[in-house]
Amino acid sequence: MASASGLRARLRAQPERALRGVSLRWTAVAGVFVVVAALLGLALGPVDLGVAAVAREVLSHVPFLGVESSFSATDDAILWELRAPRVALGLLVGAMLAAAGASYQGVFRNPLADPYLLGAAAGAGLGATVVIVNGLGGAGLDLRPVAAFAGAMLGVGIAYVLGSSVGGRQTATLILAGVTVASFLTALQTYVQQRSTDSVQEVYSWILGRLETSGWTDVLIVLPYVVVSAVVLLWHRRLLDVLAVGDDEAASLGVPVARVRLIVVAAATLGTAAAVAFSGLIAFVGIIVPHAIRLMVGTSYRAVLPLSLVFGAGFLVLMDLVSRTVVAPAQLPIGVITAFLGAPFFAVILRTTRTVGP
Amino acid sequence: MLSRPLAAALAVLLALVLSGCGGEDDTATPPATSSAAVETTSVPAEFPVTVEADNGALTLDEEPDAIVSLSATATESLFAIGAGEQVIAVDDQSNHPADAPVTELSGFEPNVEAIAGYEPDLVIAAYDPGGLVDGLEKLDIPVLLQDAAPDLDAAYEQIETLGEATGNVEGAETIVESMRIEIEELAGSVPGAAGATVYHELGPDFFSATSETFVGSVYELFGLVNIADAAAGADAGGYPQLTGEYIVSESPDLIVLADTRCCDQTAATVSGRPGWDQIEAVQNGDIVETDDDIASRWGPRTVMFVEQIAESLAGIGRP
Repeated sequence: MASASGLRARLRAQPERALRGVSLRWTAVAGVFVVVAALLGLALGPVDLGVAAVAREVLSHVPFLGVESSFSATDDAILWELRAPRVALGLLVGAMLAAAGASYQGVFRNPLADPYLLGAAAGAGLGATVVIVNGLGGAGLDLRPVAAFAGAMLGVGIAYVLGSSVGGRQTATLILAGVTVASFLTALQTYVQQRSTDSVQEVYSWILGRLETSGWTDVLIVLPYVVVSAVVLLWHRRLLDVLAVGDDEAASLGVPVARVRLIVVAAATLGTAAAVAFSGLIAFVGIIVPHAIRLMVGTSYRAVLPLSLVFGAGFLVLMDLVSRTVVAPAQLPIGVITAFLGAPFFAVILRTTRTVGP
Repeated sequence: MLSRPLAAALAVLLALVLSGCGGEDDTATPPATSSAAVETTSVPAEFPVTVEADNGALTLDEEPDAIVSLSATATESLFAIGAGEQVIAVDDQSNHPADAPVTELSGFEPNVEAIAGYEPDLVIAAYDPGGLVDGLEKLDIPVLLQDAAPDLDAAYEQIETLGEATGNVEGAETIVESMRIEIEELAGSVPGAAGATVYHELGPDFFSATSETFVGSVYELFGLVNIADAAAGADAGGYPQLTGEYIVSESPDLIVLADTRCCDQTAATVSGRPGWDQIEAVQNGDIVETDDDIASRWGPRTVMFVEQIAESLAGIGRP
């Protein structure tokens, strides 16, 4: 940062950020939201550890405070080995699904686009189901993430080839191709699943979504994919704004439209597949979060993408909190909660906001 | 309907996806010819007979000799009571006994036409999905529906019903009597276990079974406290999905795995789950690996399950 070029870049970026980026106010709101969501996720759960006790336990790990924890070994295991990784996975998956949704919407200029479009989620579902049915997803080497990614790429690949071979650059054709591929892959997935009633329960539980982790390993496996994907997507947020004016116009401004589209789709698909491989198919996050943000702060991707990332993370942690406490000590699939609570929440935002997005 | 290239492409794709998925696809056995079923029962069967099933009273005019069983539990019971020779086809889940005529018929996604193709004179099912019973009744094929039994008494009753319906009353009574005696003996063999807590695992995603289920009623025999009962309100069927942190905080004395086949769970994988080293059962090694099939059915092999539980409870040193 001390270098001259870095300073120049920062100075140049300053006025632009004030113009179209994330305002200071929204940065603060987003930060507070995600921190509060994470703390609530840690403090509350099916087992009542006591909010004050959890706070003391967390503070006892901060050096020089001298706070003593009142936790037993079991409490400690519940908080740090079961609850904390679950919150962390929720943050990663929520951030990824929301950012991927916003990116798909930008790149295809279609407000209904999300990871379910283009067969990404359906392909990932097929891959994971094949692995589960063949008993390769259990102990030992877990092939689910690899298979999910391969399936997602296959889905997007077919949709891309089909869409561009038929309709050229028209995004409507591409989306139609995506819907077609998604239906086809879902049919295959259902077929594979029905062939093996032994594992049907495991497949269903994955389809409906869950954030129950097998500890920090899951989080650490997902983390690099999400980081790489998020960095690439954030890097392209200005170009998404340019794409919004139309392919021909963007091309005339010197933007390599096809390449940008390919990179953004690949990055969003990579992140989605990694998240989906562990969390299952959690619907609605990729649609609802970016749109809620558009309704609140406007349509520029320079604001929508980073805010989707942060709000998506907090949103999914809160939804997961509901899914594991509302019928405690049992739990509900998180996909049910995101749709059940997400839909009315979105309706309220839609009705109370007059300035409607794209 | 499909154009040829499209159909070919579809076939290739399906083959690609499914290659390596198969495994234990036993080839379908053709329906046995009716001449094979010779009357060998010692007690003259009293037909017509009327039996009580979960789809109402069912009257059979004569002894069935072409039975199709879509219930893995019923298949085990039929062979145990001596009705095996009357069975011409069983569903793809009926993997016991080994000489049961396994076919591709499915009890979960039943195809009425395929079932009717075997020209059965009695169909036994454990579920009624997609209008199975209605469909078969329209074809005048008698259906005997036996839902999952909620407890041992209901399971005994189902075996006795199968005896009456197939003309094997004596065989059924013998089996039920020996089950009753053995299970009572086993249940009384570990009085010290009463009050111990148990977690029954149906899958690594923590689906469990409450005391309202058949397997739960087995734990009640031993006086065990089922940790899934606290979640009974969450699932009317008795199979709630628990959370990992609840199981760890309850620290059950006994963990019973009914997901060793489906999901490759073992005492070792359970012990290795994060945080689970805090659980009493894990610390003391009281994790029972059961056969998923035996633990999830309510037929004659229940005795083996009860025996396994009794053995593992003997080790639980309760003061």
